[in-house]
Amino acid sequence: MPELRNFTLNFGPQHPAAHGVLRMVLELDGEVVVRADPHIGLLHRATEKLAETRTWIQSVPYMDRLDYMSMMCNEHAYCMAIERLLQIDVPIRAQYIRVMFDEITRILNHLLWVGCHGLDVGAMTMVLYAFREREDLVDAYEAVSGARMHAAYYRPGGVYRDLPDRMAQYQESKWKSAAQIRPFNEARSGSLLDFLDDFVGRFPKLLDEYETLLTDNRIWKQRLVDVGIVTPERALQRGFSGPMLRGSGIAWDLRKKQPYEVYDRVDFDIPVGVTGDSYDRYLVRMEEMRQSNRIVKQCIDWLRQNPGPVMSDNHKVAPPDREAMKSNMEELIHHFKLCTEGIHVPAGEVYSAVEHPKGEFGVYVVSDGANKPYRLKIRPPGYVHLSAMNEMARGHMLADVVTIIGSQDVVFGEIDR
Amino acid sequence: MSATLEALSQNLQEHLGDRLKSIKVALGEVTIEVDVADYLSVMQTLRNEPGLGFEELIDLCGVDYSTYGHDTREGPRFAAVTHLLSIARNWRLRVRCFAADDVLPSVPSVTAIWNSADWFEREAFDLYGIVFPGHEDLRRILTDYGFIGHPFRKDFPISGYVEMRYDPEQQRVIYQPVTIEPREVTPRIVREENYGDVDNA
Repeated sequence: MPELRNFTLNFGPQHPAAHGVLRMVLELDGEVVVRADPHIGLLHRATEKLAETRTWIQSVPYMDRLDYMSMMCNEHAYCMAIERLLQIDVPIRAQYIRVMFDEITRILNHLLWVGCHGLDVGAMTMVLYAFREREDLVDAYEAVSGARMHAAYYRPGGVYRDLPDRMAQYQESKWKSAAQIRPFNEARSGSLLDFLDDFVGRFPKLLDEYETLLTDNRIWKQRLVDVGIVTPERALQRGFSGPMLRGSGIAWDLRKKQPYEVYDRVDFDIPVGVTGDSYDRYLVRMEEMRQSNRIVKQCIDWLRQNPGPVMSDNHKVAPPDREAMKSNMEELIHHFKLCTEGIHVPAGEVYSAVEHPKGEFGVYVVSDGANKPYRLKIRPPGYVHLSAMNEMARGHMLADVVTIIGSQDVVFGEIDR
Repeated sequence: MSATLEALSQNLQEHLGDRLKSIKVALGEVTIEVDVADYLSVMQTLRNEPGLGFEELIDLCGVDYSTYGHDTREGPRFAAVTHLLSIARNWRLRVRCFAADDVLPSVPSVTAIWNSADWFEREAFDLYGIVFPGHEDLRRILTDYGFIGHPFRKDFPISGYVEMRYDPEQQRVIYQPVTIEPREVTPRIVREENYGDVDNA
């Protein structure tokens, strides 16, 4: 009898299903995974150390680049941490705007997830549909911040500016005549809120479309059902959060249990899975998109009726407006101090967590009273989920590893930081 | 102080007693400090005692306190800070444990109590050089293969010591000492108290 050895396979870092730069050393017995050892850090940029050398505000754009698929939620956790240390209040309108954009971000993230997850397990069409809808939402990002991805829209004390009254429109060109672009511009003729209202009306039907493609699809179910089962006990032991925890049947959602901003004023439900397999996590995320859609609708209705300030009037934290700065000496000094030295945050420490599309995204900051953070620790949900990879993949076939990575919804910007 | 926080700090005092070095409630959060010798037993109690019920470890990180604040600091340099969450009781807790030795900081591993501590302890080891006896697989995690030093320590320069480039003559990637000069655009300022005769809070 010849001696048999397990086969060791390098999965990634350039594998298209590795969702970025995941290198995984898989020990295989035939086609069955015996051990999975993820090697991460290939995208490590030391964001936390960099933040120690920048002022508080200068680090806001770094937050976008953590989980680069749900940009504004990252900023949210960071800004909330600073606001809690400073003990300042955010105007109510800014809170509604934040909630609205958090949910838009959740839809953005889940759409990309369902597209890529589909792509990984062989449902090629999904990604095309998902990107069609993403286009509208990144346009909303662009309308408020000027950037389609890395917005830096949330600031300590509120949001950078109020929602715009008009949307950018498609222009006539050599390739598209005026008649051809008219239907594209129909929803864009009003304000951003009109544009989003139109989207929110269309979106549930589109979600039904996706579900016809996937939910009862035989191949989709063969690939997902009973793959990567996590029991509720193991999910807690492994520190899971977000859809990964809810997929295992634990109804835990920070938006409900520890509400921040105005989540206690909006109406929504938390979907929960039963078996804790990849298919349940898929169903949970699909339902979450519907619930996010509901929240966005409620925010739009409120925002239409309630104009107001969107930034704190504490000028030790938030810059004064340009007009006041140019006519008022005191405001000029504030502006100068804010732009050269930055804000001073009282000594102390705080941990602020938001319900990020991927789970609990936390920011732990230690301040010693300086204009820069003393220590910033980011708690990325994907890092914790990926650390359970060995446990989830063991005993599954090699092809199931791709399903499990997909259902964990990992993004390396946040895992490697 | 809200009712939940009050109940939590009462339960903590009841179940931990003398093992509690300090307890602080600030900004709606409870922070406790424990001695490194009691660390493991405290963590056991926090997880297993139904009156505390911290079934989930949310985060564990290292902190280097060597340059904290205005003046030179006394006392130990490295700490492991843990954030715990109870889903049943819906409360959170921060546990800080200073490592006794500054040269070889060491804090017992909690991976047996909460498996999620696994990668967090590897990260704290990688970035701060805190060792966690009891951890089964304490390897570097975020830095490069063969990296030397612990980059998040306060005495490690932001630009590092080595840089990597492709050398066309040797036709391979080589490491060399860094060529960029460290610079600071905005200096770090801690204002003295009552700066400018106003309350700066």
